[in-house]
Amino acid sequence: MIHQLSWKVGGQQGEGIESTGEIFSIALNRLGYYLYGYRHFSSRIKGGHTNNKIRVSTTPVRSIADDLDILVAFDQESIDFNFHELRDGGIVIADAKFNPTIPEDRNVTLYAVPFTDIATNLGTSLMKNMVAVGASSAVLDIDISAYQEVVQEIFGRKGQQVVEKNMEAIRAGAQYMKEQLGDRMQTMKLAKADGKKRMFMIGNDAIALGALAGGARFMAAYPITPASEIMEYLIKKLPELGGAVIQTEDEIAACTMAIGANYAGVRAFTASAGPGLSLMVESIGLAGMTETPLVIVDTQRGGPSTGLPTKQEQSDLMAMIYGTHGEIPKIVMAPSTVQEAFYDTAEAFNLAEEYQCPVIVLSDLQLSLGKQTVEPLEYDKIEIRRGKLVTGELPPLEKKGNFKRYEVTEDGISPRVLPGTPNGIHHVTGVEHAETGTPSEAAANRKAQMDKRLRKLKNIQFNTPVHKNVKHDEADLLIVGFLSTRGAIEEAIERLEQDGVKVNHAHIRLLHPFPTEEVLPLVEAAKKVVVVEQNATGQLANILKMNVGHAEKIVNVLKYDGNPFLPNEVYTKCKELL
Amino acid sequence: MATFKDFRNDVKPNWCPGCGDFSVQAAIQRAAANLGLEPHQLAVISGIGCSGRISGYIHSYGFHGTHGRALPLAQGVKMANRNLTVIAAGGDGDGFAIGMGHTIHAIRRNIDITYIVMDNQIYGLTKGQTSPRSDVGFKTKSTPQGSVEPALSIMEIALSAGATFVAQSFSSDLKELTSLIEEGIKHKGFSLINVFSPCVTYNKVNTYDWFKENLVKVSDIEGYDPSDRAMAMQTVMKYKGLVTGLIYQNKEQKSYQELLHGYSETPLTEADLRLSKEKFEELVAEFM
Ligand SMILES: Cc1ncc(C[n+]2csc(CCOP(=O)(O)OP(=O)(O)O)c2C)c(N)n1
Ligand code: SF4
Ligand SMILES: [Mg+2]
Repeated sequence: MIHQLSWKVGGQQGEGIESTGEIFSIALNRLGYYLYGYRHFSSRIKGGHTNNKIRVSTTPVRSIADDLDILVAFDQESIDFNFHELRDGGIVIADAKFNPTIPEDRNVTLYAVPFTDIATNLGTSLMKNMVAVGASSAVLDIDISAYQEVVQEIFGRKGQQVVEKNMEAIRAGAQYMKEQLGDRMQTMKLAKADGKKRMFMIGNDAIALGALAGGARFMAAYPITPASEIMEYLIKKLPELGGAVIQTEDEIAACTMAIGANYAGVRAFTASAGPGLSLMVESIGLAGMTETPLVIVDTQRGGPSTGLPTKQEQSDLMAMIYGTHGEIPKIVMAPSTVQEAFYDTAEAFNLAEEYQCPVIVLSDLQLSLGKQTVEPLEYDKIEIRRGKLVTGELPPLEKKGNFKRYEVTEDGISPRVLPGTPNGIHHVTGVEHAETGTPSEAAANRKAQMDKRLRKLKNIQFNTPVHKNVKHDEADLLIVGFLSTRGAIEEAIERLEQDGVKVNHAHIRLLHPFPTEEVLPLVEAAKKVVVVEQNATGQLANILKMNVGHAEKIVNVLKYDGNPFLPNEVYTKCKELL
Repeated sequence: MATFKDFRNDVKPNWCPGCGDFSVQAAIQRAAANLGLEPHQLAVISGIGCSGRISGYIHSYGFHGTHGRALPLAQGVKMANRNLTVIAAGGDGDGFAIGMGHTIHAIRRNIDITYIVMDNQIYGLTKGQTSPRSDVGFKTKSTPQGSVEPALSIMEIALSAGATFVAQSFSSDLKELTSLIEEGIKHKGFSLINVFSPCVTYNKVNTYDWFKENLVKVSDIEGYDPSDRAMAMQTVMKYKGLVTGLIYQNKEQKSYQELLHGYSETPLTEADLRLSKEKFEELVAEFM
């Protein structure tokens, strides 16, 4: 009986590899298992190796596994590409059609199952994926009735016959294994899960749902990997709430339109990845200068330029913190789990209105597209706070046109009136302006307005700017990370601790303004600070050095080959640094 | 009821004396008053250029954005609050060079806003460089030997991009301009009004006198029918774009907002920001 399992299905893109993984994982999620799925894919539609690696566990998991228990292969390439991940005693279940072979020097069992033939006999070779799901289930000793509901949901609209056929294919796959192999079949019996219903979603789903819950009613965006799911979800859901999504001509328009909509008073946002963010840099400055609330999601992928469009990276950090000419107040936040992606996105809309500035919700490909089991999201935790938005009636102005939209205040935040409001007329401009919004180049005014804008974030209220796991007053290591590396770091820490290494962990959730006061004591209490991040230049480490100093004890653990950090990689690198 | 004076503020324009943009400002103020608008019901969204300053000279809500981006800003404003009257305004460089992509797409998207371009065939604010509207041979700081690129025929482009309201005017003709702006605002959908608005400082070719000599009113052309797109296209081509008046209007085509599935009839700015508990549970359940 095992409590955890790592399963992978691989084949050619466009062959239904995704749906194999989907059906398998949704069914297991509904049985109450915790899952973490990560897709390896490339920037083409048909052809090219793709795989979906899914970790199944009876307890929460936040990272993909180091190795693999079962590999389901639809072609030899999938075996060749992924074989090294299989643990000793692992299993390959491959389509007999291509006469699969595996290296003989390893203790791995190969089952060649006629996926395609069985499916063809049942009506269509398209169902070979279902046969593979059935074969996997036999090995795991999962009753195939677990798939009935999912298959119904996915194929129901194609008619009951299609549903039945697909279930039959699953059954046939399982049966083949049992009949052909009988007692010789090596099983990996999964311990029963708790049967609780939990959400199963990718980070982008959580971001999109968070935006809805946070009051976003307008989105403007341009398609890009790995951000498009956010727009696609809202295109389905916003009309139900009277809202709208516009697919714009480019990201400059998307971001500027979101600014226009926010200025007019609706909660609006845009989402993109690096190439789109590069185009938005101009408008981010406009929002900063005009103190217009704005939420932008950046789902990072491999850069620079078009870079690695379908691969994991965390290399936009500096660009997100500093990207725009001149100096503006800006908030950059970095959720580390799917749950956080939901709550943080909702909160981003509050912060944008409270501080009247751009808020960037940073994500990365692994967080945005990795599919995870999520503990229930709580409705009551969602707040709507609109800051100094003036609602209700305004007294007539003494003089025409002089509502002080940019009034110099102690906290730097000025009252905000929406267009359409009687007696609130003012001007908004990206040119330096006086309190009424009228352009002004006067030196004293410039200084007053600049100071006012930058003062706004001095005392930012942010819930848990750093996720801390601090067990030691004095630690051998402090591991610092952000975004999706959290799971890999946590597992590495468990192993390091087992080896007797004292490790604290700081996962940064508010990247800008940097929570120096929270992080500094942890840095001081550690002999060495290891910054784990997915880029080539150590951007977070540099931010850390800038803000907390102690450059002499800060070291980098970097990965920028396009693949997520595995727990073991973090563990090994940390060991080397001790 | 507001008069055009109520749309004036006390900011002194920094335009050169004689600049065509003064009359465009006056025409917007008159049109707004004639339509019975109150200043707070109007939002003027402008780009960057001499012309872009216009939003600061009108007593209404105004947003002076970035160079070339007046249209995305204005469309965002309108989508958020469909009760506002939204005018986008800027120069020929703003709309037809750096912002051309937005212009084409705003035309075909057909959101109900009015776009007024102050076309002086030159870059005014940056002190006299060529613009996409400058004629071949036009000498500027950036084309000392004369421009070799042909001028862009914005009327033809607008017509072929599917515009539902295309007009052109001349800033000297305050009466025609005012009435076209009124018609543009009343039009349900995107209205483009290109205004020949002379730059007296840097354009010594396309002067007031030059326009008076060369412009033809479509209303003076016998049998002109602004609902006939082919006729509009032929006329624009025949007169090399030097025509004024209502060039084309399609009154049948519905605006983006009217066509958009699910889009609220009340302004989005009035929407309840909080999801109902039922709706939230329903959305969550879809991921289980
Ligand atoms: C991104 C960017 N590039 C360049 C400029 C400089 N710039 C300001 S206005 C302008 C052109 C102005 O010409 P036009 O749009 O025709 O307006 P006009 O001044 O003639 O009214 C330029 C190039 C800028 N503000 N922003
Ligand atoms: S430079 Fe030309 S466009 Fe600019 S204000 Fe002077 S006359 Fe008008
Ligand atoms: Mg110009």
